[in-house]
Amino acid sequence: MLPEAAHHPHNPALAHQFDSLEQQTEAATLGMWVFLVTEVLFFGGLFATYAIYRAWYPTAFAAASHELDVTLGTINTVVLITSSLTMALAVHAAQLAQRKLVLLFLAGTMILGAVFLGIKGVEYYHKFVEHHVPGPGFQFEREYFRHAQLFFSLYFLMTGLHALHMVIGIGIMLVMFWWAWRGTITAEYYSPIEISGLYWHFVDIVWIFLFPLLYLIGRHGP
Amino acid sequence: MPTVILPPRHYLNDGYGIASWLLTRDHKRIALLYLAAVTFFFFIGGAFAVLIRLELATPVGDLVTDATYNKLFTMHGVMMVFFFLIPVIPSVLGNFLVPIMVGAKDLAFPKLNLASWYIYMVGAAFTTYSIVTGGLDTGWTFYTPFSTVSSTSNVISAALGIFVTGFSSILTGLNFIVTIHRMRAPGMTWFRMPLFLWSTYATSLIMVLGTPVLAITILLVASERMFHFGFFDPALGGDPVLFQHLFWFYSHPAVYIMVLPAMGVISELVAAFCRKKVFGYGFVAFASLGIAVLGFLVWGHHMFVAGQSVYAALIFSILSFLVAIPSAVKVFNWTATMYKGSISWQTPMLYAIGFIGLFTIGGLTGLFLAAVGLDVHVTDTYFIVAHFHYIMVGGTIMGYLGGLHYWWPKISGRLYNEPLAKFSALVIFVGFNLTFFPQFILGYLGMPRRYHAYPPEFQVLNVLSSAGASILGVGYLIPMVYLMWSLRYGRLAGSNPWGAVGLEWTTTSPPPTENFAETPEVTWDAYEYGAPVEGHVA
Repeated sequence: MLPEAAHHPHNPALAHQFDSLEQQTEAATLGMWVFLVTEVLFFGGLFATYAIYRAWYPTAFAAASHELDVTLGTINTVVLITSSLTMALAVHAAQLAQRKLVLLFLAGTMILGAVFLGIKGVEYYHKFVEHHVPGPGFQFEREYFRHAQLFFSLYFLMTGLHALHMVIGIGIMLVMFWWAWRGTITAEYYSPIEISGLYWHFVDIVWIFLFPLLYLIGRHGP
Repeated sequence: MPTVILPPRHYLNDGYGIASWLLTRDHKRIALLYLAAVTFFFFIGGAFAVLIRLELATPVGDLVTDATYNKLFTMHGVMMVFFFLIPVIPSVLGNFLVPIMVGAKDLAFPKLNLASWYIYMVGAAFTTYSIVTGGLDTGWTFYTPFSTVSSTSNVISAALGIFVTGFSSILTGLNFIVTIHRMRAPGMTWFRMPLFLWSTYATSLIMVLGTPVLAITILLVASERMFHFGFFDPALGGDPVLFQHLFWFYSHPAVYIMVLPAMGVISELVAAFCRKKVFGYGFVAFASLGIAVLGFLVWGHHMFVAGQSVYAALIFSILSFLVAIPSAVKVFNWTATMYKGSISWQTPMLYAIGFIGLFTIGGLTGLFLAAVGLDVHVTDTYFIVAHFHYIMVGGTIMGYLGGLHYWWPKISGRLYNEPLAKFSALVIFVGFNLTFFPQFILGYLGMPRRYHAYPPEFQVLNVLSSAGASILGVGYLIPMVYLMWSLRYGRLAGSNPWGAVGLEWTTTSPPPTENFAETPEVTWDAYEYGAPVEGHVA
């Protein structure tokens, strides 16, 4: 330890490369924002692919979209938005050092995330039973067969990657839960919860784009 | 002259044993982990190049079959591009220097930095697996539908390797961006930063913005190959040109990931060995950002013959010409810095001069390729091969070797054999030009790339090229020998052997684990030559 560091009180959460907790928080927050930018580009490649094929094959995409379960999709959207609320409440509680509330809201966030994944699993199962999984077993109206398969390829890839991000998010929340439990999170050092919250909200926002693009196209008009 | 002694405590003797390296969070040690890894993959990629040049010494395909030849140039490209050229300067020199140059104890996220190295190694392991289990023959560009349908080689593991390695690049870029934003020492304002930091920052932006798109593209290729999704297969309604758009959206900017950091190195070298402030500092700094931004807008020039619309080609052509402006700003400013400078011809400066000349040739031939009409004539010929080797080998590797020689005394605390180093710089320069200049002529005369046999009238130029390659190979081996030798027997360097300015020369060689005895306070601009230099012992 450097001699001058011994003079002033030193938060155990402060990493050696930083001069102050404030600098550490700023760095971590910027780091998460930059990471989310990379995520935008990552999903952006898929959205671009989707946009091109939907522009080329609008009727096939609308027909394939009709096979998705809007009710379950809507329920899942509500579940996910609610999980963003509990996440925001967890951050708020962390700022006020209300440890029990932090634990409660983090648990709520994780449970809602798990419910989302469960419903998604049910939907995947339905698609499997209905032979809408791309590959040799794929079945669809003859007219739209090839392009509907493209739609479902994109559907599984986009929602699958989103689900993977959800799983990672729940993993992060478990760590946060553990940190809040053992008292690492304090009113002075709550940035881990805040930064994890940024990630969670981002994953939600991806779904807010996926839901209309995949479930709701072709449902307007006659 | 004061006696030079090694500092009693420095990052190299702060812990011994394999675990102190493999679990280190010190950016300087991680830089050395990268140095070992990229050097290894450089020589693997180089071995494939040796076989390519051996095959091309005669017009008939006598050394390897055409199928094997496809694998040789593919594995040469994949190894060199993804596992050497892209990581080399950011991961080795950047890792070592960014925290020291900003005056910090370490990067913002040391654990993430170590994780980046492991991610890189895992990615390399996947790709190496595909090489040792029969090889890869798609070309480094993975063009569909060959890569998704036709190729019988092990595409999936190679693609996954590149996917994984991409995250190492993303996390390194993220770490640099945050460090440069948030970890600068008191008084180190943006416009006091060394130009190497500006170019590293611009490079990091490309890594962070471009690499995710490559990741998703490679994922699409792998999933298409596994599950026959059809995104890039016309038979299923997909479009192979979409792959090319997505691929080059990353892979053209990736060229600037390779060359921008080298440009940063050259700015440091030219200032240090001309004893002058870099001419037009602000212009050089913004030229880096300009190249990073423009680099994202030119990918279509890789598809002039791929059925792209004429209007798109026209726009991409004009935008590609624009890249010449910030590139030329740099070249002119380096020459203006040298003008009336007090130039000393030490090894790093030789590499810097070599870079400026070769990069200029590579850049100017790039303008030929940006012109649609000329490009159609030389597409997929050796002209292209020569052009990008002038940028990647003549540019990036020259810059890297120049930087490695310049900062070697800081990294190791010792001096290398200067006459031998000058000699090998000369060998590399001669070998490089002999290898690649004939290829411009070959390409212009119409010799296509990626064939293992060619008409006999091309043999003289091909023999020249192969002869040059053997000289170049020797040139790369000599520094390996004397740099390793210097680790044990080299004279002690002292903290500032070049009499250069910059925070890295104010600390000991090798630096302590936390870089500085106390956090520096910066009250001067970059490259303030002319004022007496503290700690100059040479």
